[in-house]
Amino acid sequence: MRLEPRESVPAWLSLLAPACALVATFGAAAALIAAAGAPVRQGFEVMLAGALGSGFAINEMLTRATPLILTGLAVSVAFRARLWNIGAEGQLYMGALAATALGTGLIDLPAFLLLPLLVVAGAIAGAAMLAWPALLKTRLGVDEVVVTLLSNFLVALLVAMLLEGPLKDPMGLGWPQSEPVVAAGELPKLVPGMRLHAGFVLALALALAAWLVMSRTTLGLRIRAVGHNAVAARFAGIGVGRTILWTALLSGGLAGIAGVGEVAGLKGNLTTDLSPGFGYAGIVVATLARLHPGGVVLSAIFVAGIFVGADAMSRGVGVPSYVADVIVASALLSMLVALLFLRYRVSRR
Amino acid sequence: MDDAPSEDSAGAGTQAPPALRVVGVTRRFGPLVANDAISFEVARGEILALLGENGAGKTTLMNIVFGHYVADEGHVEVAGRRLAGGDPRAALEAGVGMVHQHFTLAENLSVLDNVMLGTERLWRPRSDRRGARARLAEIARDAGLEVDPGALVGQLGVGERQRVEIVKALYRRPRVLILDEPTAVLTPQEAEGLFATLRRLVADGLSIVLISHKLGEVLAAADRVVVLRQGKVALSCAAAGASREDLAAAMVGHAVAQPRLSPARPGPVALCLHRIDARSDDGRVALHQVDLELRHREILGIAGVSGNGQSLLADIACGMAKPRAGLVSLDGEVRAPGSPHRFLEAGLGRIPEDRHAAGVVGDMTVAENAIVERLSDPRFSRMGFLRKAAIRMHAELLVADFDIRGAGPATRTRLLSGGNIQKLILGRVLSEHPTIIVANQPTRGLDIGAVAYVQGRLAAARALGAAILLVSEDLDELLALCDRIAVMYRGRLSAPLPAASLDARKLGLMMAGGAPEGTHAA
Repeated sequence: MRLEPRESVPAWLSLLAPACALVATFGAAAALIAAAGAPVRQGFEVMLAGALGSGFAINEMLTRATPLILTGLAVSVAFRARLWNIGAEGQLYMGALAATALGTGLIDLPAFLLLPLLVVAGAIAGAAMLAWPALLKTRLGVDEVVVTLLSNFLVALLVAMLLEGPLKDPMGLGWPQSEPVVAAGELPKLVPGMRLHAGFVLALALALAAWLVMSRTTLGLRIRAVGHNAVAARFAGIGVGRTILWTALLSGGLAGIAGVGEVAGLKGNLTTDLSPGFGYAGIVVATLARLHPGGVVLSAIFVAGIFVGADAMSRGVGVPSYVADVIVASALLSMLVALLFLRYRVSRR
Repeated sequence: MDDAPSEDSAGAGTQAPPALRVVGVTRRFGPLVANDAISFEVARGEILALLGENGAGKTTLMNIVFGHYVADEGHVEVAGRRLAGGDPRAALEAGVGMVHQHFTLAENLSVLDNVMLGTERLWRPRSDRRGARARLAEIARDAGLEVDPGALVGQLGVGERQRVEIVKALYRRPRVLILDEPTAVLTPQEAEGLFATLRRLVADGLSIVLISHKLGEVLAAADRVVVLRQGKVALSCAAAGASREDLAAAMVGHAVAQPRLSPARPGPVALCLHRIDARSDDGRVALHQVDLELRHREILGIAGVSGNGQSLLADIACGMAKPRAGLVSLDGEVRAPGSPHRFLEAGLGRIPEDRHAAGVVGDMTVAENAIVERLSDPRFSRMGFLRKAAIRMHAELLVADFDIRGAGPATRTRLLSGGNIQKLILGRVLSEHPTIIVANQPTRGLDIGAVAYVQGRLAAARALGAAILLVSEDLDELLALCDRIAVMYRGRLSAPLPAASLDARKLGLMMAGGAPEGTHAA
């Protein structure tokens, strides 16, 4: 048995394959729920209700989706150029650090000036965090996977150090947390009484912008050319190193904005557990979306729904909420298998 | 002699079964019929040439013979025994040997190790090196194939490596030897030597299948010729009575016109390389003190056996590679090396050696590839935004003007055939009316129709005043298309000679490092 590349993909298959992936994902989840001794059907019902069952549930799901959209976009832009950015987590925290540094009383500005400033500062901080691994890659050929992955731990330690030092909230009862963001620096809530904030709208707008850049601009074409075939791109006169640097600035900037949104929109201050791995989940989100910016929005909402739903399930029927991690991981794996079958067919010989 | 037991009921006749028999082999890939009821035989002690354009089905057929693919219908017999389909070991054990176009030797092992590789069971306590040496000596004596068993393959030249490949195949005592494009990397003289060896081998009873697209050598070397076209046998005849025109027509399906050059009227110097010293990235190839002057309204050919520095020379002329020393000037102006973008802006058109790897981005559309060299051009972008409508129209024009088949602006370029990708690159270059064109192997691997098209377009560009540097391994192409030809040998470039004063034999001698004949007259 071996795989042969397909010349063309039939339309029915490109719909059927992701559907099968979804069925496989929930099949695995059902097995786990059953193994935990809970009723499977009721488990799924509670999960669905937890994600979509009420206005509150939907608000929570979209709130959770907001940073995932941004880190998913960051990863998808970078992966398009074959810049393997595994460091969205660190870039997110750098953006959060910038928002915390500027937004907790250092600068006194009205909201319409302070908010854009925080977003831009977070984007710059995130971009800078990916710029140096990109330069190391293009100038010295240093592998960016290792550098960006390890830089996440650098940033985590930096954040911990600052929260024990200069950024520590004197009113925080000794907890490692920053002072709260000033009122003018808080992203407005979208629905009264709910946690969903303007960061979600910003994420949607940036998804649209990312789609425009990738499909409608010369920069997007350069990024795609470099990613698909760097030799041909160089032959065609495209500055490969410069394109990768631009990609890094865009990607890191998007991840940095995710951090601003969490600090200024949701939590109100910076803590060491600001992100439960949004940067890493962004890789899953981008892969599920096949690196398409529009798909990133959908897959981020899907992944967020799984997490929020699994929380509800763990409260309702007593299945550990770790099942969410398993569902997301098996969604990724079965999606990768489905994509494989879209590109190859199995031949008996 | 007629009592040889035959497995095949129909073949139990009055004579020994043929060494290789292909019976009604059909293989489909989706809607494409790659092999359509192909049948032929190779007798004992015969050289059969298998001719065909790219995509005619040669490779598929050989993969079926070797058991890599299973035939949908039909089967293969070796010496009267039917091979089990889809089992590569069955073909090897039945005595089918293959010499691949791209060498399959381990460079860090000795010749002896390479030859023995895979012939002994892994759990044997000791390998029988003395027996292997004796067998090599036997091959050297019988076939005239001398190799030094202790030499490291990495230090051998191309011709020697090919000899090792053939010895490696003979070591297993094959009945049938298949050679895939064996002369692609040889000089004409080396090719003649190879054919003499093949003659000796068939005299000893071996049967040979020679896969090729070079008509001249096929006629010189083979006993019989089978031409494949679109998966079917288009012609099967004795080599003795056939002409090049017959074979070419059978390959393409219609007669092929040769490009014709207008008389030479060379203009001012367009591209000048002055005392270029360079080294390739992997350090294998170096250029020494290369001087070159290419004039407008002229095609200057660069001949040479692959790996002697022609590609590096072309890369420098394209602005892709940086020389260590020396100057590159375009139309009299010295240009900073190593910047493809600047060279493009100076009006240079480039056709790369590897059209798939360097010429196009396969996963982007035809329209995107058509403008990828001109992204900042106001025709195709405004303030960083692509002008989609203009880009699509440009691609439609190229598709029509350059006869790019099976494609629209939105087609993924990967889906095009090699010939149509080359037409796309040609269109991308020529539609900008470049004053200087660097074409590196522009017709390699193309079918005869596409070759004639590309050559005709280059000749037309020359007539309009373009200066063309043509790097090619096809001596017939150089002799037919060029005004002057220079030869590259071990990183040095000979002085160019008028093409009219040269022929393939003289070029072959120069490619092997010999002094040009008849230069004393100049």
